[in-house]
Amino acid sequence: MSTETEPGDVLLTMSGIVKTFPGVRALDGVDLEVRAGEVHCLLGQNGAGKSTLIKVLAGAHQPDGGEIVWQGKPTTLGSPVAALRIGVATMYQELDLVDGLSVAENIFLGHEPNAFGFTRRGHMRAEARKLMRRLGHPEIPVGREVGLLSAAGQQLVSMARALAHDARLIVMDEPTAALAADEVDNLFRVVADLTAEGVAIVYISHRLEEIRRIGNRVTVIKDGRTVASNLDSHTPTAELVNLMSGRNVETVFPHREANTTDSSHEVLVVEGLTRASEFADVSFTVNAGEIVGIAGLVGAGRSEVLETVYGARKADSGTVVVDGKRLRPGNVPAAVAAGVGLAPEERKSQALLLDQSVANNVVLASLPEYSRAGFSDIRRELRDARATLERLDLRPADPRREVRTLSGGNQQKAVVARWLVRDCKVLLLDEPTRGVDVGARAELYRLIHELAASGVAVLLVSSEVPEVLGLSDRVLVMREGRLLTEAPASELTEAAVLDMVMEGSEVMA
Amino acid sequence: MSDVGEKSSVDKPGAAPGGPLAGEEPVRTGPTTGVRTPSGLRLDLRLTILTGVLVALCVTGYVLQPDSFLSESNVSTMLRLAAAIGVVSVGMTFVIISGGIDLSVGSMVALSSVWMTTLATQSYGPWVMVLCALVVGLGAGLINGVLIAYGRLVPFIATLAMYASARGLAERLSDGRTQVVEQQGYLDFFRGDLFGIPTLIWMLAVVYVVGWVLLNRTTFGRRTFAIGGNEEAARLAGINVKRHTAMVYGIAGLCCGIAALMVVARTTSGSSTNGMYYELDAIAAVVIGGTLLSGGRGTLIGTLIGGLIFTVVNSIFTQNNLESDIQNIAKGVIIVVAVLLQYGTARNRKT
Ligand SMILES: Nc1ncnc2c1ncn2[C@@H]1O[C@H](COP(=O)(O)OP(=O)(O)OP(=O)(O)O)[C@@H](O)[C@H]1O
Ligand SMILES: [Mg+2]
Repeated sequence: MSTETEPGDVLLTMSGIVKTFPGVRALDGVDLEVRAGEVHCLLGQNGAGKSTLIKVLAGAHQPDGGEIVWQGKPTTLGSPVAALRIGVATMYQELDLVDGLSVAENIFLGHEPNAFGFTRRGHMRAEARKLMRRLGHPEIPVGREVGLLSAAGQQLVSMARALAHDARLIVMDEPTAALAADEVDNLFRVVADLTAEGVAIVYISHRLEEIRRIGNRVTVIKDGRTVASNLDSHTPTAELVNLMSGRNVETVFPHREANTTDSSHEVLVVEGLTRASEFADVSFTVNAGEIVGIAGLVGAGRSEVLETVYGARKADSGTVVVDGKRLRPGNVPAAVAAGVGLAPEERKSQALLLDQSVANNVVLASLPEYSRAGFSDIRRELRDARATLERLDLRPADPRREVRTLSGGNQQKAVVARWLVRDCKVLLLDEPTRGVDVGARAELYRLIHELAASGVAVLLVSSEVPEVLGLSDRVLVMREGRLLTEAPASELTEAAVLDMVMEGSEVMA
Repeated sequence: MSDVGEKSSVDKPGAAPGGPLAGEEPVRTGPTTGVRTPSGLRLDLRLTILTGVLVALCVTGYVLQPDSFLSESNVSTMLRLAAAIGVVSVGMTFVIISGGIDLSVGSMVALSSVWMTTLATQSYGPWVMVLCALVVGLGAGLINGVLIAYGRLVPFIATLAMYASARGLAERLSDGRTQVVEQQGYLDFFRGDLFGIPTLIWMLAVVYVVGWVLLNRTTFGRRTFAIGGNEEAARLAGINVKRHTAMVYGIAGLCCGIAALMVVARTTSGSSTNGMYYELDAIAAVVIGGTLLSGGRGTLIGTLIGGLIFTVVNSIFTQNNLESDIQNIAKGVIIVVAVLLQYGTARNRKT
């Protein structure tokens, strides 16, 4: 690809971009300017229009107005092919891989190396292997079906695909949402390599510390409009949050009132829980009113433990006792009846009915509570759903909207909302804040605290160690399917936890 | 069951980065078997089971009629009877892998067979008859494809419409009569042998080989899997999903045209009643072969074996003079068992 632009030159200018969907003006005149060789961060609340903007840039959405200038020339991007051809590659927020195809086939999907229509498979695999090595993961077999990889592995494939295009501009829409700390480092190393070669990166994330680490300039979008551009990436958090939401959020982790844990009342008792090849001999308790966090790398077996407690996976051995009653293994209805709720990790595949309304999704686990003599009380459903949406700042707070049309972070809020309208005794939260913006995140933390204060036992899994430490009373550390250690959160530091999950060294704080 | 052990052995040399990603894999694969399966192996396992079923059926047939069942003439008869549906099943496999369905294949066979045997067409000689069948099949298939891809009709509806109207048109063209083939050249070739093997069986083999290469070795084939597996991802990757979808239905139609050649050769006539229930038999063969009806996964070899299983069952029943009602019940049972088998493996795949 010819280098017509020097690092620092303006590569892309989007001005006055407008995009409307039925009933929403997602973009209402957004401006964005990206220079070659920079990491340009896009910030904004959930539903601000970030993903919509980059889909316009990727040719996946057609704008209703505005102008796109690429390397000094006005351009229309009529299709994804057109965008790829000029050198814009995109990693979408929602993974866009084909489960049934291999890693290599996914990486080269749409531009397979071929001779007379025959795919050059050897060549394709060799190239794919090179890309995986560049991403620091030569051990992922390029012939393996993508559906069999973990979420982080899939994210890497998606990244490799963007690299395979030899692009001038790579858009990354929340690439780290599914990644653990070490993977994030890996990604940033690749980003640094790319920018050194003059490739521009548009980077979207709700984790401000990441923006501080790799970002050069920041553009803030609010309600479909650019409210600030050309900001330094070290702009103080308070100012950024204020620009994004117009609100003031002092601390992300709200102060926790004196621990109200009633340690005499163990609500959830798990003993010797084992599933062959996933995790072994996991035992712990959660008291009423307590928040227990599980830290560990992706693949450590945390989600599997949660799903097994919930009965979505059947334990090979071990017991789960809720409020003194032993749960039948592998039986979700029994767990739900006993007052257990699970907000699962994969919102799209595990939690949401995408084509149904937000209200239907929110009340899904509480239908009996919302019916009289078998008939649904739709008015009450809508009312309660709306109240929960407002609490979580889910936008637009219209319970009748189809979930599919919500932004990623707002879909995540709908997943959590399901268990807020129901009185649970035990709440299992798997990555509850994945993709949720800073302001809403603080609100969600406050809600979790309130739930605990009302006596709910909360078990939380999160890949963000600060979140685990900041939110929990007690922390369990898992590695390779085993429980390594258990300690009060106040006695642990982020570094100590990271050490434990990665190396397994016996450091205790 | 050594997965946990394997996991740590992966970790040691590579140290921290990556270990957990590769180590995650056994979690997703079948915990019930506990075997690490590289992609495809599980399908192969199913193919082995299917082949086993096929062999068992052949043995049964042999035991019941030791003199005739595996005789050259019976095998050749079986295959010639199965050839047309076999070819139709190839097209059906493409359609189902791409995430669609084609209910109109039987009607397209009928239409092609009638159109190629009208007096007018026959007057141009055997090669024009062949060309006519292929063009009619391809054309009808493309109409399906365009309606589905560009007209946004659901495959079920679009092909249901073709199911009704193609046979209707065939009836009209033929005036409801059976049109006998007068072109001796046509019959000589297609009813003849090539190196001692009937032409029809050669055609079946060639269609399968070409179909296999197209599906597994070409960009077109791999994109068919992609569209069936995740249409949105395929679109965003820059694949022209609409054109591709239209072409997949075109292939199904073309296969029907080829099948019409075979049916006409076998029955020495074209008729609007040709190809009755082909759609059911073809879908059954594809499903028994392990292709997911939801798209994105499947094999042609499975379809071939699935079709052969039906053929052998048919032959066993006719050779032993059993009623066709029992035969249909047996077919139903086979479909259910095959789908249960498929359900089991699909469940292991995605926990
Ligand atoms: N296909 C669609 N149909 C209708 N509305 C849509 C569609 N896609 C997005 N929207 C709406 O457009 C607005 C912007 O959504 P977008 O996905 O761009 O937000 P975002 O900034 O990426 O948020 P997040 O941080 O949660 O990912 C939202 O109000 C969303 O509901
Ligand atoms: Mg988004």
